[in-house]
Amino acid sequence: MKELMLGNHAAARGLYEAGVKVVSSYPGTPSTEITECVAEYDKNIIYSEWAPNEKVAAEVAFGASIGGARSFCAMKHVGLNVAADPIYTASYIGVNAGMVIGVADDPGMHSSQNEQDSRHHAIASKIPMLEPCDSQECKDMTMLAYEISEAYDTPVMLRLSTRISHSRSPVEKGERKELPLKEYVKNPGKNVMMPAMARARHIFVEERTKKLVEYAENSGINKIEAGGDIGIIAAGTTYNYAKEALGEKASYLKLGMVNPLPAELIKKFASQVKRIIVCEELDDIIETHCKKNGIAVEGKNLFSFCGEYSQSVIKKAILGVVNEYHAFPEEIPGRPPVLCAGCPHRGLFYALKGLKVYVSGDIGCYTLAAQKPLAQIDACVCMGASISGLHGFNIARGSEQAKRSVAVIGDSTFIHSGITGLIDIAYNKGISTVIILDNSITGMTGHQNNPANGLTIKGDPTAAVNLEALAGAVGFNSVRVVDPYDVEASKKVITEELEKAEPSLIIARRPCALLKQVKHKKALVVGDECIGCKACLQVGCPAISVEGKRAVIDSNQCVGCGICKAACKVGAIKEAE
Amino acid sequence: MTYNILIAGVGGQGTLLASKLMGKVFLERGYDIKVSEVHGMSQRGGSVVTYVRYGEKVDSAVIDKGEADMLISFELLEAARWMSYLKPDGVIITNTQKMNPMPVITGQAKYPEDIITKIKQSGIKTITLDALKLAGEAGSARSVNVVLLGVAAKYLGLDRSVWEDAIKTTVPAKTVDVNLKAFGLGYSVKED
Repeated sequence: MKELMLGNHAAARGLYEAGVKVVSSYPGTPSTEITECVAEYDKNIIYSEWAPNEKVAAEVAFGASIGGARSFCAMKHVGLNVAADPIYTASYIGVNAGMVIGVADDPGMHSSQNEQDSRHHAIASKIPMLEPCDSQECKDMTMLAYEISEAYDTPVMLRLSTRISHSRSPVEKGERKELPLKEYVKNPGKNVMMPAMARARHIFVEERTKKLVEYAENSGINKIEAGGDIGIIAAGTTYNYAKEALGEKASYLKLGMVNPLPAELIKKFASQVKRIIVCEELDDIIETHCKKNGIAVEGKNLFSFCGEYSQSVIKKAILGVVNEYHAFPEEIPGRPPVLCAGCPHRGLFYALKGLKVYVSGDIGCYTLAAQKPLAQIDACVCMGASISGLHGFNIARGSEQAKRSVAVIGDSTFIHSGITGLIDIAYNKGISTVIILDNSITGMTGHQNNPANGLTIKGDPTAAVNLEALAGAVGFNSVRVVDPYDVEASKKVITEELEKAEPSLIIARRPCALLKQVKHKKALVVGDECIGCKACLQVGCPAISVEGKRAVIDSNQCVGCGICKAACKVGAIKEAE
Repeated sequence: MTYNILIAGVGGQGTLLASKLMGKVFLERGYDIKVSEVHGMSQRGGSVVTYVRYGEKVDSAVIDKGEADMLISFELLEAARWMSYLKPDGVIITNTQKMNPMPVITGQAKYPEDIITKIKQSGIKTITLDALKLAGEAGSARSVNVVLLGVAAKYLGLDRSVWEDAIKTTVPAKTVDVNLKAFGLGYSVKED
């Protein structure tokens, strides 16, 4: 009996069946569930861990591969940028036991800050990349990736996307193949990359690529499905959209391997059809490859570089057919994601709102504070950049600016890549004020433990990073801890630290309101004192609204955090009797 | 032919249980099926949507405008938002519960009035119910999802017992009775 599995679960199942022994990842939507699922296996079957960041995760996987065990690391597309350094050179070294890097792109940016195409990394690092189109292929290609990795002495990338990672489709399960640990033989010429050795390995990599092109041409991983006169070249989810849109009207060259690409196979396919079109979300990588090989394909002349495609997008672009539908006759208010009722971040941001400071932001749930009514984030670019970005901003604008600016960063993001920014400020005599929003969990990706909360991926107690001691060790002598539910106290501490002519760290500490162990208070109520001034709406809590001339608190949502009390000037919000 | 169901709601309403139960039921009956969910950032109080597609062979995992046979909406404004994804001859099943989104709370936007009337003016077959009230009658406000599944089940052409069996084996043991009751209340909802 087949089982309905999420693409990510199927990839995890593939790791299990392929005899993988070591998995290290940093969470990132839409890749997170692969590692969460692996963590459900006994650690003696597959060891799994959350690493502090993707670079560390890739290095752990690299080390395990050299050590003779099949290994894996998963990340989202932007995580691959962080991991690029070890991966580009691991490409030269190759593997002992197989090593696979799972990377999940996010066309449409459902939960990401950019829409980059990870295929560029595969090309640049000269690493083969497979791209499955459904959950069954997620499992099968994960397993195939290890065969390729070991046969060609290369790490292999598995490219997923939101629609593959987060779609469920039927999967046939198999048995695990238990593999003996491979022998480790010292081999500096292969494993130590310094100029003399690396020059030889680069030559190896170029030869390997030629062999992989032959694989792409002949192995059957890229297949022609003969049909109508329109020829479609596609991979992954876009292949599904094209099949849905065009059915028998088209012939297909389905690419299971998107790097390196075949040329002869594409030429053969082109000779069988009247019109040849590349359907690929994001960048024109296959199209450029075809044109470089003298194959006159269509592609981005019909399709966008931006956003997700669908069967409708393809039907419209190629056949000119548009679906009929009835739209609602009025404009519909958006429903953006918001900080939850009781979110401790809200208290801190409401305190900042009163101080009118520049806020250097970071990646996590708290980025949502950029939206109205809090509107407290001035800039946000990537993991960890709040701290280093604030340092640069303050250097550019001088020490007076440093008294009117803060960085905000979550606990997990701080561990990921905020620590180096903190060192930069202390080392270079900065006086910036950094706030760690410590909610004891990696929140946005769905509650993963991290090195700051003292729990492993399996929930076992372990060493926890002592943030206060760490800050002191790198040269931050002013370290304060506040409860973000206490808006006034938070405001006072921030004001005091901003005034100091030295770097300061404030830890706003309170666990995420959605954690199971967090005990909630009774819902608050609005008394007759309410004058309908709407000041409480400025905290941006989904549990508060104003009906008629009076504020109303939704007792289903309210957890009694009391942040809104700080906003009410007439003391109308209080505990229920 | 592929049958397309779009389940829309607000993050936290439990839309994923409905698609999980559908997935189980259709797979057991030998259909090919794809269920597409969005996780991550849009979970927290945002508009969430799940696509369920089943048939002999399903290629795409997504549903675009004008393609859904059925829209199950957990909240009224979301029915208005997603109605354009329905085929002109599709059916809407919507909870009449209203949840104000942040732009409405802060006064930047207004929650549209008479949504049901305006949807019905398009000629689309629309079934409305107070699923929150029925869920309360069943014993738990959290069973809104199963109430709505109960309504949908009537239009999906399978025996009632098939769904009830799936509920029994999917939900936690101590919530089986509440969920079966919720399903039954949904199943008994009459077209208005």
